[in-house]
Formats: sequence, structure tokens, C-alpha cells
Amino acid sequence: MRIVTFVKYVPDAAGDRSFESDNTVDRSVDGLLSELDEYAVEAALKIAEDEDDAEVIAVTVGPDDAVDAVRKALQMGADSGVHVLDDALEASCALGTAKVLAAAVKKVEEEEGPVDLVITGLASTDGQMSVVPVQVAELLGRPAATQASALEVSGGTAKIRRDGDTASQHIEVTLPALVSVTDQINEPRYPSFKGIMAAKKKPLEEYELSELGVDAGEVGAAGATTEVVELTERPPRTAGEIVTDEGEGGNQLIEWLASKKLV
Amino acid sequence: MSEVLVLVDHVDGDVRKSTLEMLTFAKRLGEPTAVFVGDAAQGEAAASTLGEYGAEKVLVASDPAYSEFLVAPQAELLANLIETRQPAGVLVPATADGREIAARAAVRTGSGIITDASDIAEGFVATQSVFAGSYTVSGRVTKGTPIVAVKPNSVSPEAAAGAGAVETVDFAPSDAAKTARVVSVEEKPQSGRPQLNEAAIVVSGGRGTAGDFAPVEALADALGAAVGASRAAVDAGWYPHANQVGQTGKTVSPQLYVAAGISGAIQHRAGMQTSKNIVAINKDDEAPIFELADYGVVGDLFQVLPQATEAVNARK
Repeated sequence: MRIVTFVKYVPDAAGDRSFESDNTVDRSVDGLLSELDEYAVEAALKIAEDEDDAEVIAVTVGPDDAVDAVRKALQMGADSGVHVLDDALEASCALGTAKVLAAAVKKVEEEEGPVDLVITGLASTDGQMSVVPVQVAELLGRPAATQASALEVSGGTAKIRRDGDTASQHIEVTLPALVSVTDQINEPRYPSFKGIMAAKKKPLEEYELSELGVDAGEVGAAGATTEVVELTERPPRTAGEIVTDEGEGGNQLIEWLASKKLV
Repeated sequence: MSEVLVLVDHVDGDVRKSTLEMLTFAKRLGEPTAVFVGDAAQGEAAASTLGEYGAEKVLVASDPAYSEFLVAPQAELLANLIETRQPAGVLVPATADGREIAARAAVRTGSGIITDASDIAEGFVATQSVFAGSYTVSGRVTKGTPIVAVKPNSVSPEAAAGAGAVETVDFAPSDAAKTARVVSVEEKPQSGRPQLNEAAIVVSGGRGTAGDFAPVEALADALGAAVGASRAAVDAGWYPHANQVGQTGKTVSPQLYVAAGISGAIQHRAGMQTSKNIVAINKDDEAPIFELADYGVVGDLFQVLPQATEAVNARK
């Protein structure tokens, strides 16, 4: 069993996130492995633990620092990493990114052998579009079982539970396939000291677009299918009226709502 | 006038409010055509409602594959409609299914996609909030057909007379799209409250409830509101994940958001910061939620909420 998991390096949501003058995300700030991808790494590691001869390969696409996302995955227990690094990638849209990730999966297959499962998170914590996983599946022509809150892999089949607002669906796909997972699926492990030390010796391949057979014109700003028209920083919300409850807090609250015509 | 396709969001033929909102946007951009995927009789029945909100045509696509398999057959249908009808643009609901259908159709048609739009102006220039609501971005699709996933609760539905003429779509999804089989569906018990992302008012509870959501639910019911929960409350198993408001849950922007016993971590703020009015009730006067509250009560939610509930009921 060979599992590829996508890991994105994103600006820390707890810090100040902003944009560059060319309207791309400012990636010079402190970054980290997108929290939602940790669930994908954990799901991959869990499956690998139950299989003989399983390997987990963490793949990232992004600038120099993005390798930190792969390192975190290696520290958690992934076996090897792939970093797609190319200046032409800057300002890629979702579709451009999906094309590169799909090509990276094919590259891994060329180098290592068939990939049975691609596991991704629900969305990145910066772009938050939640479209790349199915776009990769579409490009690879593989089945996708997405937004899994539970995942079971056995006998060449992946079974998931997808929780919606009104119902939960149980979905089955035949491998090779892609699965995206939610933050409900597991509790990601913290890297152990041993894991951190071991990660330093794990193989990490770096590829340029040409090595993946991706035309630079299909990605980056040149290949982008969307553009920013305008970016505005929203003025921070300001604190309004704060009262301390001295027995009338509930009534005061409703009076305020009434003054705003909200009740 | 150029056609704008609207993918209908419905539950067993009941058209959701988000669909009427999309038709309202579509009407501003061109001539709305609703695409109803599901049972043919339900589609015919829904056509009158869709027509009342401006749909000139209602394309009804019925094939067992649409419900037997996850999204791919619907994506194939949408891509086919884009190729054959060459619409000016496509609007889909920003739901789990809606985004995935749109994302796949975008690959198939070489189109760009914008998600979570809260407004769409001429030329399909779509507005969205990013980085936990700290920035507003407007953008447009520059290749292929504009595909925009529209956030529920973004506009008030406006009635507009449309013919609502039903046309049956003759399209059979390929076997290649029939790979993710839905083997079973468990309906969830319904609370009878509005859907979280469609509600005009949301009352949410957090760690401060200590697991007792009764006062939160009582106020929600008095206000006709949906109930939300912080991640801490969901992780503790106090409330279902479907009700989670925040970065890894739902993003809501109701007229009124009431946060009870929620400290206001960035994870939560990301999901409610764009609400029109925010009210907070918290014992801790230093809770960050008060920094964004239009009105705050420092106090015990178990005292404040029941009194507020009573006050609302007394006004009725």
C-alpha cells in the first residue's frame, strides 16, 4: 500500500495574515502545516500501521519554506517527502495547484510504483476553497470519497462516512482512489522526540515543474483562471456597549436588541 | 439576454432559500435558468417557485446516478450544460456538494471558480471574505465560464416573474463518473430549527455552557434562531459537529449572532466575524469575544439567557 498525502504550508491563522502588493498572500510571515492537513497525515499513518509494507509520502507545492510542512509530516511518521518548487508556481489558482499535485502523484508512481490512495484534508486554512481534492481526482481520473468523518480501508476498498446537514452518507470507492478527511476523523499525533530525530534522515525529493511534465504556462499567474479585482482590509470590529449583569442583564440585552429592531 | 445557470439546492424537491438568493443574483446578471437535479415530478412541482423568483427555464435532470453516486455524475451534467448552452456564468450553492460539483465542472471546462461569494456584480465580479473576515476580496474568473459558489444568506430573495418553463434534460452520465457509490444514507433527526447558515439569527454556546445547552436552545427558540456551538463544545461532545461555527465548521453571517459562554478564539471568530450584529455573554470580562461584540453582558449565562428568553416571550 502506497499512500500520498498533500500537505500545505500556510500563514499562521493566529498571526497577522495579509497580502503582497501583487494581491498574492504574504507568505513571508510565520507559517506552518495547515491544521486541516494534519488529519490527513494522521489518517494515512493509521492506515499504514495496519498494513504490511505500507509507505506514506507527503507532498507539498510551494516556495522554499513550504518544505516545513513536509518536515512536520515526516516528524509525525511519514516515510518520505516531495517538494515541488518552481518560481513559475507563484500566484497559481486552485486549478493550477491541482494540476501540479496530480502531476506529482504521477511522478511518485513513476519513481516508486503505484499509489493506491491519496489522502487530503478538507480545505487549506488560508484559501479555504475546498475544491483542490476533487479537482486532483478529476485530473487523475480516480474515484473520490470526500469529507470523510470516518474511513476504513480493506480489501482494495475505501469506505467513508460523509456527514451532511440533514443526513450522513456511507460511500465506497475501489482503490486507487482519493479520500479527503475532516477534523472529525481522528486526533493527530504530536511528533515525538524520536520522530523529530528520525525525520532528519528521511528522503526528501525536490522537483521543478519541467521534471513533472507540467508546462509553466498552465500554472502561476500565467495560467491562473481567476484574478483579484480589489482587496480591502476590513476595519476591525470595535467593542460596543458592555454591561455587567447585576440581576437585569438579560432584560438589558433584550432592550438593546429591541432598540436595534432585532426582536 | 445571456443565460445564467443556477444549480438548485433542494431537499426532496423543497427548494432551499439559498436557491432563491442565487436566482436573485442571476436575475441581475442575465436570464436565470434553474437546473434541478432529482426526481422529475419534484422538479415540475418546484418549477412554479423557481419561476416566481425569476427562472425563465427550469431544466430537470433525472437519472438514478445523481443520487446513487457522489457528485461526479452531477459535475458531468453541469459541464455538459456549460458546453452545450454556453451560459454567461454558473451559480452553485456553497455547500459541500455544490463546491465539489462546481470544482469538477471547472476542470472539465477549463474554467475558473470562486467560492463563498457574498455578492456578485456585473461581469460576475464576486465578493468574498477571507482570513477570518479580516479582508474583503473581489475577484473574477478570467478563463472559461465563470463558476461561482454562492454563500447562503448573502442577499434577500426578490420575487421576479419568470416563465419557469420546464425542460427535461436528456443526458446520461458516463460509467467513469459512477465510481463513488452511496451505499446507505442515515437521515439525521431534525431539530425543527432553521439551518445554521440560512438563519437570520444564530444563538451559540461554548465552553461556558459546561455541556448544558438548554438555556441556549430556549433563547434560540424564542428568537426563531438556529443553534450554533464553538469547537470546544463540539470537541467535548456536547453538541453535534453539524452545528459548529468556526474555521473548521460553518461560516455564518446572520443579522444577529449571540455568543454565550464563548471566549472568542480565532478559530471561532473566523466563522462569525462578518455577522451584522454580535452579542456576547461571558463571565470573563477579558474574554476576546467582547472586543468584537456590539453589545456585551458580563455575567453568568445561566442567569442572563433565561431572563432574556422570558423577556423575548413577554414581548410576543
